[in-house]
Amino acid sequence: MSLEPTIEGMLPLPPATLHILLALADGERHGYAIIQDVETRTDGELRMSAGTLYRSVARMVEQGLIIEVAKRRTRAEDERRRYYRLTPFGTAVARAEVRRLSNLLRDARSRGLTPGVA
Amino acid sequence: MTRFYRTLLRLYPSSFREEYAAELTRTYQNSIRGRGSFGAAVAAIADVVPNAVAAHWTILVQDLRYTMRTLSGSRGFAIATVLVTALGVGANTATFSVADFVLLRPLQFPRPDEIVRLCQGPRQGGGWGCMNELSPANWRDVKATNRSFASLGAYTGGAMNLVGGGEPVRVSGQQLTPEVLPLLGVRPLVGRFFDPATNTEDERTAVIGYGLWQTQFGGDPDILGKTVSLDGTPYVIIGVMPSQFRWPREDVQLYTPLLLREDQFEDRNNTFLQGIARLKPDVTFEQARADLGAISDRMTKEVGAEMDDGEVGFSFFRQRDEMSPRYRIMLVALCGASLALLLLTCANLANLLLARSAGRERELAVRAALGAGRERLMRQMLTESLLLALLGGLAGAVLAWLTVPLLAQMVPNTLPIESQPTVDMRAFGIAAVLSALTGLGFGLVPALRVGGRSGLAALREGTRGSGRRKGLRTMLVAFEVTVSVILLVSSGLLIRAVWRVQSVDPGFTPSSVLTMSTPLPMPKYEDVVPRVRFYEGVLADVRALPGVESAAYTSGLPMVMTGGITRIQIQGVEVPRDVQTSSIRIVSSQLFSTFRIPIRRGRDFSAGDTRDRPDVAIVSESFAKTYWPNADAMGQSFQTRNRTWTIVGIVGDILVRGLERTSEPQMYVPAAQADSILGIYTPKDLAIRTTRDAASLIGPVREIIRRNDPQQPVSNVRMLADVVGNQTLDRRSQLRVLLALAVLALLLAAVGIHGLLAFTVAQRDREIGVRLALGADPAAVARMVVGEGVRMALIGVIPGIAISFVAARGMRALLFGIPAADPLTFSAVAVLCFAVVVVACVRPAWRAARIAPINALRAD
Repeated sequence: MSLEPTIEGMLPLPPATLHILLALADGERHGYAIIQDVETRTDGELRMSAGTLYRSVARMVEQGLIIEVAKRRTRAEDERRRYYRLTPFGTAVARAEVRRLSNLLRDARSRGLTPGVA
Repeated sequence: MTRFYRTLLRLYPSSFREEYAAELTRTYQNSIRGRGSFGAAVAAIADVVPNAVAAHWTILVQDLRYTMRTLSGSRGFAIATVLVTALGVGANTATFSVADFVLLRPLQFPRPDEIVRLCQGPRQGGGWGCMNELSPANWRDVKATNRSFASLGAYTGGAMNLVGGGEPVRVSGQQLTPEVLPLLGVRPLVGRFFDPATNTEDERTAVIGYGLWQTQFGGDPDILGKTVSLDGTPYVIIGVMPSQFRWPREDVQLYTPLLLREDQFEDRNNTFLQGIARLKPDVTFEQARADLGAISDRMTKEVGAEMDDGEVGFSFFRQRDEMSPRYRIMLVALCGASLALLLLTCANLANLLLARSAGRERELAVRAALGAGRERLMRQMLTESLLLALLGGLAGAVLAWLTVPLLAQMVPNTLPIESQPTVDMRAFGIAAVLSALTGLGFGLVPALRVGGRSGLAALREGTRGSGRRKGLRTMLVAFEVTVSVILLVSSGLLIRAVWRVQSVDPGFTPSSVLTMSTPLPMPKYEDVVPRVRFYEGVLADVRALPGVESAAYTSGLPMVMTGGITRIQIQGVEVPRDVQTSSIRIVSSQLFSTFRIPIRRGRDFSAGDTRDRPDVAIVSESFAKTYWPNADAMGQSFQTRNRTWTIVGIVGDILVRGLERTSEPQMYVPAAQADSILGIYTPKDLAIRTTRDAASLIGPVREIIRRNDPQQPVSNVRMLADVVGNQTLDRRSQLRVLLALAVLALLLAAVGIHGLLAFTVAQRDREIGVRLALGADPAAVARMVVGEGVRMALIGVIPGIAISFVAARGMRALLFGIPAADPLTFSAVAVLCFAVVVVACVRPAWRAARIAPINALRAD
């Protein structure tokens, strides 16, 4: 139904999307774990609410960046938790975005715009 | 707190909520650990509200994108739907706006229902409107004895020559008693109103209309206290009316005190006043009517003998009802037509959407099978229908905005209302909402059906719709045919009526006659000698102009001045009461040759018919036949206006009162013999029969009038043919509107029939293919399709004819003698309908006959 998305067509990624991709880079996680991971990595600067997270998740599932993991943890507490992980397409998009950002950073450095310098 | 969060979750689109509610709740619970309940509530709201809005927006954008894609794939359907909605909404809004403006909107005066008009009339029954003006004595008696009116005033019309400000002009004015303006509830824009009853200095004061203030005095802020000359008498301007005040007619721009002299109260038959009153707040219209009935009984007893009719009676009506019943019927007819068109629009819209829904069920079933929820599909359908309705409504608004000024031409300018109706937002709202509801209702059908049963069933059924829906669509099409038949018959009958009216012989030949008014101001031309000197001077010069065949003066043009009635008496003969009146015109010589009214016997007036010679008159044939049914009228004498006149000529009758009304017999007297006793009827209209372009004459004639009297204004320059043409102007413009609605209706019905047949053929292509493969004749297949179309039309035409007949009986007053069951109109409409139906069938029939038998084998 929807047109087949290309990697280039996805860039640049919205910040929340990139953060979710990063949070899932080292394995599958459930929603709250994603929020916590993002918060830790950004020193509390980016604190996603449940709604923001799941709107992004819904869109990313539709775009094929991430996928819900079928298997469930056996512990009763986590029974109904949904876990997500990156798809190969999601991994490729994350790589492409990071490449874009590092190119941008290199360009900026070469023009004397280094972090910490006003 | 979790419950609060769960409640808030309802704000999300349900598809999103179903998918993520549990996860959202759990995540939320985790994230508020350690917070107070207030903080948790704030966090819940801050989380859900913006995200829910964003989620809805995302879906809306998706749906709109999807809608644009599907609609651009079926552009024909999209255009048809938008057009149908636009026509229905636009035509309906425009017609209703105008009708409401004239029929329903209250007058612009405070508590308008209390304002009533009072005239004289027969004691029993009587027709519509003001039958006969009041005489001053009768007005005074009603004023003194009534118990119903808070205030009763009187007014009388008359144009005056105004000198002052710009060029001399002829201005429509009213003379009013001091009660009139205050009882209407208006206040002057600047200045004050006059009250000569308490202040004799007010006798020569005037209040002017806003328009006159602007045009003649350039909106001069120091207008108050300026002196102008009205018919040669100085008047001081003491007030200006507000710009929206247009009473009693749109063109009236001047109000002066009505001063009734004592001698004007002597003759109770000298009727020239219009009464206007405001009811006391606690008196109803019916109570006031009863009060007037008692007054007329009492007055008949006391002064009935003084009256020509032997009785005193009144015609009494609300000011707002001063509209001819013919306008009323016409407007009701137009409202009915526009309502019919709206229903038709809805029917057609429903049909279009039903046809489309049949084609889409499969698509939706596929989407449902792929996991789209019913709510999601309905939402998609809703977005699509709403978009179409919105586009249609917008186009309809533009259409209404464009057509209201056209329709406004049919508003009679005699009503005291603001001149231009505007688009009525309520009407637009109703029409828009109704078509939007139709669109939504029928737009949702496919989603409801898919949701209502297993998607597999829909998949299996393929594109073949159910038979029940086919029946509904047939009924809708038949209904469209019914409505168009009614509209077509109504317009057809009215067309026939207009033709008949237009072919009426007015008794004179209006073409090539130029007319203009030069009303002579009264104190200056009180005496007959200077008056006749003016007429003779102007006529002699005009007749000498090249290209002028003949020229004459008359006291009133036919169909412009429709009254001007006098009572005829014959010595020694008892004339029946109902034929005692005749229309009287004071004329110069050559009137009959100028109007081409045939002189049957005797002679025209001549220079020899002066005041010191015996009084002579020329009468019409019906006049002669009425009063001397068994004798030769030539040389006979009769009395009117206290003088005895001898008949020297008999001429053809003319339709003084207009093409559609009965006119009294006519009599003419020479201007030179009509001195002050005939005061108000002095000749004022110059008529010139010309053999060359009339426009080139206007300049030289104005110059001649200026030479004869430099202060004399010229007004109402027009062709006599236009005067007669104006007789059918209302009818023609009303008819045009009705006809447009009827043609639209027929077109919509044709679209409906065509659409349904095309759809049926497409649905049955496999069946038809099998038939053709088995050797069926293509012509027979085509005939079958046409037959189906004709059957649908028949279902609609028969009730259409029946209802039309009823509608036509309701319009009889407009039909000018054309019978309500006019066979010509009915058969023409039936033939037209079937012709259109057959045309609408052609393409589907052609398609059916050309279906390749291979279709029978093709899978879906």
